[in-house]
Amino acid sequence: MNLAGAAAQFTELMLALLLAPLLTGWVNQCRAWLQNRSAPGLLQPYRVLAKLFDKEVVLAHNASPLFRTAPYLIFGCLALAAAIVPTLATGLPLNAAADAIALVGLLALARFFIALAGMDVGTAFGTLGARREMMVGFLAEPALLMVLFTASLISQSSSLSTIVDALGHREFAIYPSMAFAGVAFTMVSLAENARIPVDNPATHLELTMIHEAMVLEYSGRHLAMIEWAASLKLFVYSCIGLALFFPFGIAQGGDWLGIVLALPGLLVKLALGGAALALIEMMSAKMRIFRAPEFLGTAFLLAVLAMLVHVLLEG
Amino acid sequence: MPPIDATLLAAGAWIAVGCCGVAFPRSPAFAGRVLYPAGAAIGLALAAIALAGLFQAPSARVLPLGLPDLPFHARLDALSAFFLLLLGGVAAGVSVFASGYMRGAPSGGLVCLCYHLFLASMALVLVADDAYFFMVAWEAMALSSFFLVTRDHRHAEIRRAGYLYILIAHIGAISILLCFGALQAGTGDYSFEAMRALQAPPGWATLAFLLALAGFGAKAGIVPLHVWLPEAHPAAPSPVSALLSAVMLKTAVYGMLRVTLDLIGFPVWWWGVIALAVGLASALFGIIFAAVQTDMKRLLAYSSIENIGLIVAGFGLTLLFRGFGMGALAALALTATLYHCLNHAFFKSLLFLATGSVLHATGERSLGRLGGLIHRMPWVAWCALIGTVAIAGLPPLNGFVSEWLLLQAFLFTPGLPQGYVNMLVPVAAAAVALTAALSGYVMVKFFGIVFLGQPRDPSLAQAHDAGPWEKAGLVWLSAVCIALGLAPRLVIGMLEPITRQLTGYVISGEGRSWLFLAPIEPGRASYSPLLFLAVASLLIAAAWLVVRAFYHGRARRAPAWDCGFPWQGARMQDSAEGFGQPVKVVFQPAFRIEGEAPAPRDSRPRYRESAEDRFWFWLYLPLARLTERVTALVTVLQRGRISVYLMYSFATLLVLLFFVR
Repeated sequence: MNLAGAAAQFTELMLALLLAPLLTGWVNQCRAWLQNRSAPGLLQPYRVLAKLFDKEVVLAHNASPLFRTAPYLIFGCLALAAAIVPTLATGLPLNAAADAIALVGLLALARFFIALAGMDVGTAFGTLGARREMMVGFLAEPALLMVLFTASLISQSSSLSTIVDALGHREFAIYPSMAFAGVAFTMVSLAENARIPVDNPATHLELTMIHEAMVLEYSGRHLAMIEWAASLKLFVYSCIGLALFFPFGIAQGGDWLGIVLALPGLLVKLALGGAALALIEMMSAKMRIFRAPEFLGTAFLLAVLAMLVHVLLEG
Repeated sequence: MPPIDATLLAAGAWIAVGCCGVAFPRSPAFAGRVLYPAGAAIGLALAAIALAGLFQAPSARVLPLGLPDLPFHARLDALSAFFLLLLGGVAAGVSVFASGYMRGAPSGGLVCLCYHLFLASMALVLVADDAYFFMVAWEAMALSSFFLVTRDHRHAEIRRAGYLYILIAHIGAISILLCFGALQAGTGDYSFEAMRALQAPPGWATLAFLLALAGFGAKAGIVPLHVWLPEAHPAAPSPVSALLSAVMLKTAVYGMLRVTLDLIGFPVWWWGVIALAVGLASALFGIIFAAVQTDMKRLLAYSSIENIGLIVAGFGLTLLFRGFGMGALAALALTATLYHCLNHAFFKSLLFLATGSVLHATGERSLGRLGGLIHRMPWVAWCALIGTVAIAGLPPLNGFVSEWLLLQAFLFTPGLPQGYVNMLVPVAAAAVALTAALSGYVMVKFFGIVFLGQPRDPSLAQAHDAGPWEKAGLVWLSAVCIALGLAPRLVIGMLEPITRQLTGYVISGEGRSWLFLAPIEPGRASYSPLLFLAVASLLIAAAWLVVRAFYHGRARRAPAWDCGFPWQGARMQDSAEGFGQPVKVVFQPAFRIEGEAPAPRDSRPRYRESAEDRFWFWLYLPLARLTERVTALVTVLQRGRISVYLMYSFATLLVLLFFVR
């Protein structure tokens, strides 16, 4: 593990932590434009975080230590996930510590703890949210894994760094399997990030919500950590999508010039991705909760089809 | 002393400890204070012996026991040593726990005897080297565990569970006996040595494999021979449930590996497809049913079916690779299988013991009357949390490592020479991924409903934490779970003698430091749990410190918010049924759901819903009816008059005379 690599890794992590709320703000901005509303401003998520950090924490009487530690755990998990996904450069030190399967495991770990925290106080909404979140999870997680498997089969490696190298620096070729995987991945990321049509991040109508119901009991700095973690999750999923389907311009190794050149590319790709997300959200209606398994089941089947297509046509 | 002698001595010591229990039946405290700790010490010693035996050449011994011309052969090789290590390690933790748990239990002396006989017979199954000794030890294991399962035989449903258990155990035993019959191929020599040397004809070998899969599968609980498992495991006292689930199911896996990879030696690739299909079906079935259970021990029992399913799937993958002559990949799949055996043994015994402590403290097994126990029983709760994270297959604990290895084995599969099998692999990998994700769902349900939330019953306020012995057992098992998760290279080093023995290859990836787990080719995949944990802890600690340093740490306690709704009862939380509802809806065809909902104006509304196992109605009940019909036909012969019976004997005599003439 060389020093330059570690420095590049640290830069990537810090960039993710700082940029994540901006991405959330950008998606909200685009949504507002599309809805003909005036937007709260790009920096609104930062203001919300600052406000929440300053507020006092109100804990329920029967909140256990698990409830108090969970926000930090979740934040740590997603920060690590952001460090693992190659955003600016491949071949960084942490890439060897965790591969695509470990990344999925890490996201599952974060979900596991946020669901437990939702059940901790024992309110109706908390357990309802936890149950729904786990329901979304048990279909979305294998679908995501299958998408990553398709990419792993193409590049003969489950290491994210090698996948990006293989996909980004190949001869131009059309992979039908990646088309299926792309659709599946989009559906999974919508569900996992509590977006329309599965969940609505802007609502506080109890009966329709998943993520918001689960974190209803959090306040103050704990809520800030959770909100920040949610932004990070959106950032991580966007970066996974960019790494798999648009891996162009990502630098190799701790090459500083490459990283500096990769940064504007990343920003542009993220901006376009965020706008596309807002567009998808605008064009779809929220589903009833029991339609969500059908939606995610479709994503899962598409992901498995992607693997089959790879084995059949490209193998 | 060669390891085989030491192992036999340890088994003998367990039997002696058990006999002491019967010798002093009047003082159950003696059993708790002296005998169970002694059993735990023997377990630790056995684990040490097995660890030494793992790296030594096989040692054998002929015991002067058994029938006059048929002495018992015992032999300890790497495969036996690995399973003995598992037995010893788990037995140490469970026995320490039992010394607290069994104190003051009724009929303690007999339970102590059966418990130690059970342990000893499992050890003997693992070292048996001829079919005769194997079957004797196998039956001793079945019978001693039967008596443990039916300890509370005054309850009708426990008697029923015991009956079902012994019935299926014997169907399995017959199948295993026939399998050995097929393996000796007419030579009449039943020692494993001879079977190993013999190259069985393909037809006989296939027959032996199928019989072994059915016979050992009945003990392991693979679908459709699983029905005894969710009945018998909850019926037994918790330490016994832990042993049944953690170790006894593994002896069946040991039997499969021994017969297929050692005694037959050269598997055919399509055996692997069968095992893979059966394993994945069991895994999915088990976890779906675990999600809808309302009894915490039944939930864990169904989750055992799931884990055994994953193990059998890994075994199938091993056979597939071995059948195609891809030794290195077979070694990878075998490593994943054995690693998962080890992991499941530790986290499942940990969880069963945790339910034992909960049962001890509250007298309640139904999830619908538990809740909030993290406040009353913090030790049990935190240990159980480690177990649930491990069993849900989450990094950085041990369940993830074996899942990772298994998925890696799937990722390597597309090189198989058979096109159709290549097509099956994505589907199989998807099934494994779905199972893993569902196990996370089930474990959130288990932990969340038992330990978090508000207590669902007022009596839970009196619940007390586990005693010191129980705590010690839980902490030991949790520590092993963590260690197995963080040091995969050490564990894989332990498995190398076995993969070398059975497949001829080892998987240790060269070229990376000891930190990284990188099977076969380091470039393809690597995972480092220690680095993973270190960076994650660093980030978590940094986040905490930064928040602490820059912001005030004020916190206030208030009633729960719940969107401003002030009346919050414990019954407003999700019940166990409610938490299982999404799985019930998504996988509806898997269940046979019966229920009644009240009419809108019912003054006394009652809700009832049950989700039952279709196999019971499709397979077992028709079989039972068929058996009854056949026996009814036979009862025509029973007239109850002596003259009729005399006539039967006379007629038989005449017929025999006719033939002999």
